[in-house]
Formats: sequence, C-alpha cells, structure tokens
Amino acid sequence: MSNDAATDTLAGVGRVRQHHSELQAERLRAAGIFLVPMVVALAVVAGWPLFRSIYFGFTNATLDNIYTGADWIGFKNYFSWITLPSGKTFYSGILVDPKWWNAVWNTLRFGVVSVALETILGMMVALILNAEFKGRGIVRAAILVPWAIPTIVSAKMWAWMLNDQFGIINDMLLRLHLIQDKIAWTVNPDTVMTSIVIVDVWKTTPFMTLLILAGLQMIPKDIYEATRIDGVHPLKVFWRITLPLVRPALMVAVIFRVLDAMRIFDLVYVLTPNMTQTQTMSVLAQQNLFAFNNFGYGSAESTLLFLIIAVMTILYIWLGKVNLGGGAR
Amino acid sequence: MSLWTLTKRSLFYLAVVIIVLVSVFPFYYAIITSFAKGTDLFRVQYYPHSISWGNYINVLTSGSFVQNLFNSIVVAASVVVLALLLAVTAAYALSRVQFRGRSLLLLTILSVSMFPQVAVLAGLFEVIRFFGIYNTLWSLIFSYTIFTLPFTVWVLTTFMRDLPIEIEEAAIVDGASPWVIITKVFLPLMWPALVTTGLLAFIAAWNEFLFALTFTSSNATRTVTVAIALLSGGTQHEIPWGSIMAASVIVTVPLVVLVLIFQRKIISGLTAGGVKG
Repeated sequence: MSNDAATDTLAGVGRVRQHHSELQAERLRAAGIFLVPMVVALAVVAGWPLFRSIYFGFTNATLDNIYTGADWIGFKNYFSWITLPSGKTFYSGILVDPKWWNAVWNTLRFGVVSVALETILGMMVALILNAEFKGRGIVRAAILVPWAIPTIVSAKMWAWMLNDQFGIINDMLLRLHLIQDKIAWTVNPDTVMTSIVIVDVWKTTPFMTLLILAGLQMIPKDIYEATRIDGVHPLKVFWRITLPLVRPALMVAVIFRVLDAMRIFDLVYVLTPNMTQTQTMSVLAQQNLFAFNNFGYGSAESTLLFLIIAVMTILYIWLGKVNLGGGAR
Repeated sequence: MSLWTLTKRSLFYLAVVIIVLVSVFPFYYAIITSFAKGTDLFRVQYYPHSISWGNYINVLTSGSFVQNLFNSIVVAASVVVLALLLAVTAAYALSRVQFRGRSLLLLTILSVSMFPQVAVLAGLFEVIRFFGIYNTLWSLIFSYTIFTLPFTVWVLTTFMRDLPIEIEEAAIVDGASPWVIITKVFLPLMWPALVTTGLLAFIAAWNEFLFALTFTSSNATRTVTVAIALLSGGTQHEIPWGSIMAASVIVTVPLVVLVLIFQRKIISGLTAGGVKG
C-alpha cells in the first residue's frame, strides 16, 4: 500500500517534470524562432556592413571599382614606407596623416569639453527640477524643446543666431558691452570649436538632465529628511549622499554621451563646413569615402574610429564597473 | 534669516527663468525670423516687427520641400512599423525565456546601437548598391534599422521583464502557445510601451542625417533634414535665412507638439534602458 503510493507519487513527479521540460523546450523553440528575424536583420544591416567596411580598409577601392574588384593592399592605408635608392625614406598612411590626427584631437577635445559641460549643467538643472516648486512642469516641458529639435535644424538656427553680421548673439554681446567688434563665430578659426560646443551643449544637456533626474528620483526622500533634522550642510549632503547614490545613473548617462560625441557628424557638417579646426573623425572619413573618392582610405579611417570607440567602451565599463547588461540581473 | 531665505528663493527662481529662456529662445527666434519680411530679416529683432507668410509660401511652392516632407514621413513611419514588428517578438524571447547566451545577445544588441554610423557606411553603401535601392527611400528604411531596432528591442525588453509572471503563467496553464501569449496577453498590456518606443524611433528616423545624405542623391528622394542642410540661395553668399527658418519651423513644430503631449512617456522611455539596468 505504502509502496504503491510512493510509486504513484514518483510517477506523478515524473509526469510533471516531463511536462515541464516539454513546455520549456517549446518555449525555447519559440524564442529561437522569434529571435531569428531580428538577428538576421541586424546581421544584414550592421554585422556584414561592418565586416565589409573593415575589409575595404585593406584595399585601394574607389567608388568606381568596388564591384569590379579593388586590390588587396594590406596595411598600406594605415601605414607604409618607401625607401628610395638615395636612402631617403618616405612614410605614408593614416597613422602619419596630419589630417587624421587633427581630426582625432578635434573629436577628443570636443568630446571631453562638451560632455564635461553637459554633465555639470545637467546635474545642476536636474537638482533644480528635483526640488518641488511651482511651475516645475513648465520647466520640464521647456527643457524638452532642445532635445526635440533635429540636430540639423538646431545647427541652422544657431548658425543664424551666430551670424557675424545679422546674428542676435553678437547684437546681445555688443549691447552688454562684452565685445567691441562683431565675431564671426562659425568662420573664425579661433571660435569655430566654441560654436560647436555651445550648440551641442544646448542640444544635449536635456538628455543628460533627464537621465540624472531619473536617478535622483530613485533616492529615498527620508534620507534627505534625516540630514535636514541633523542639520548637515547642503554641500556635504550633495557630495556625501546625492552624488554617490546618483553615480550609477550618472555613469550610464556619461557613457552614452561620450560615445555619441565621438561619432559627431551632422552638427559639424552643417554649422562649420570645411573648417580644419572642427573637422572630426566621422566628417573626415565620410568625405574620404564619398567626396574625395578614397573609398579604401576612408574605410580604414572609419575602422579606426570604430576601434577607438570599442576600446573606450571596454575601458569605461571595466574602470567604472558600469552594469550595462541590464538583462542579466 | 528671512532675508537670506528670500535671496535664496530669488536666486533659485532666477536660475529657473534662465533655464527656460535658454531652452526656448533659439526656437522662438527661428519662428520670428521665419515670419520676417524682406529687410526685417537683416535687422536684429527681439520681438516680431512684421508678420508675413512669404517665407513659408516660398518654401512650400518652390523646390521640392513638400516632396522631402512626404519622404521623411514615409521613411520614419515605415521604419517604426518594421522595428516594432521585429522587436516585439524578440523582446518576448529576451525577457521571458531563459536561455544560454541571453545576456551576451542583449549586450551585442546594445553595442550595435552605440556603433559609430560611419563605421558601417562603406559596407552599407555596397549592400544598398547590390540590392539596387541606392537613391530610393528603401535604402533609408533599410539602413535606419541599424539604430531603431536595437533601441526598440532594448526598451521593450526592459518593459516586458517588469510585467508580472502570473499573467503569463495563467495563459500557460490554459495551454496557450508563446505566439498566443504575445499577441493576446502581452500586446494589449504593451500599448504604452509601444507608443513610447515608436515615437522615439520616429523622432530618431526623422532627425537622421548621415545616411540620408549618403544614400540619396536627388532632390526627389531627399528627406527634410538633408533638404534643409542643402537649401541654398541664388548665389553662394546669398543664404536664404528666411526660407531656412520657415522650413525648420515646419519640420520641428510637429515634433515639439508630439513631445510635449507625450512628455511623461518619452521621459520614461528615454530613461528605461539607462537607469533601471
């Protein structure tokens, strides 16, 4: 009797288990089918093109011979040298191309300055928006406006405002006696980078603000209540409590912005075209690919940009211990 | 004490006013400029001196701006539909089913969205020429998938992961297949998330410039962003600022209105991937 019951129970467990694993298998099969279209789409639109771009970087391709066959030239786009019979050696390739290094420094300088400013300003605006006051909704709506405006449109708007002759910025600065003469913001080599940074900070600080604000709002309110009762100085509260607690959100926001800044294209292309002082890696690579017909050389440059961004991402995740794999928790 | 509080309060509100002014002023100035008439354009004006529709009529009747507008709408709408179709099922698999390599796959998807677009430009150009869709809207619908799809998958995955397990269990007990679970159980719950991600994908596609510049080459196939960037006057030094601002306002007003209506949803969508992770 007791033996039978035990067998029954065992059989029952077995049935349930079998049923469960069947179910699991069905779900796994379905998951596979569901994932295939997306994975195929990403492979065709991202994986394969990336592979081909890297490949083109090792060829002497031009726009006319990508299909008729470009020749494999190894690392010559990156670095090569010729030694003449006289003993003189000439180096060529991206790694000794002053235009490339100029673009690298421009991009890095732009990235560091603009992201630093956006972080500081974004934090300030987020702290203000985190306070409770009348009209908070209006302010939050207002800061969404720069975010909603297409980059091209903001570049054009600011190009007009920064116009040397008829621009309102020069007019304001003259009226306030901050400058004596009108400044050609988008043409003068000394001010072009400043112009780019101003427009980028204006356009993307809202994004930073919203991400930081979301982080701030996850901090429990009673912590602040406790510090107020204990009479802790507000600055100390910020450094000791707010900043450490908002750090994860801040890190994610900064990494998004840094990676975005490294690939900047539209703003530079429209606001300060053909200025060597603002030419970035993306702009230089795009021009070599499609304007100067150096398809292979441009591909090699875009590959280097990809490598730089990949290395930065890995370093950042590693150093900052940012948990980007949100799905893995 | 009360004087100190008053100073603090006024400084706070001063900061608030500055934030609002700086955010809104450039757009306000674009609107004023777009309504300026002839010579008013070349006098700096802080408030409108005259109102004329001349620049709008000029932009809408000469050139191909209306066609460009239509192109942008078609491309952005198709991209949204395509991305959502592919992403809903993928997000279900990524959020509700345990399988090996899931977090690696998620990380790969996220890294695709951080790609520098230039890095795939040469290869995409080759693929697009191979398919014979160069200089058509298809080339843009195709290439925009690279940034809309990863983002949509990511946000929908975070959203689905937070749905309670009980509703799915009930459906499983009733013998529902995964497809039925998605379409009958999850989809009705997901409308808010779909609206948010769809809207964000639409804005991203509407604003895109690099691919649109590279993969189209004629006025008839360009999107509005490229059209505005290339809008030029009779001579090289004569930039039609009035028309450019009118075009900019036309392109931006729908976006600003949409964003203000869906404020809360957009903010939650933007921060979903980042902060929760």
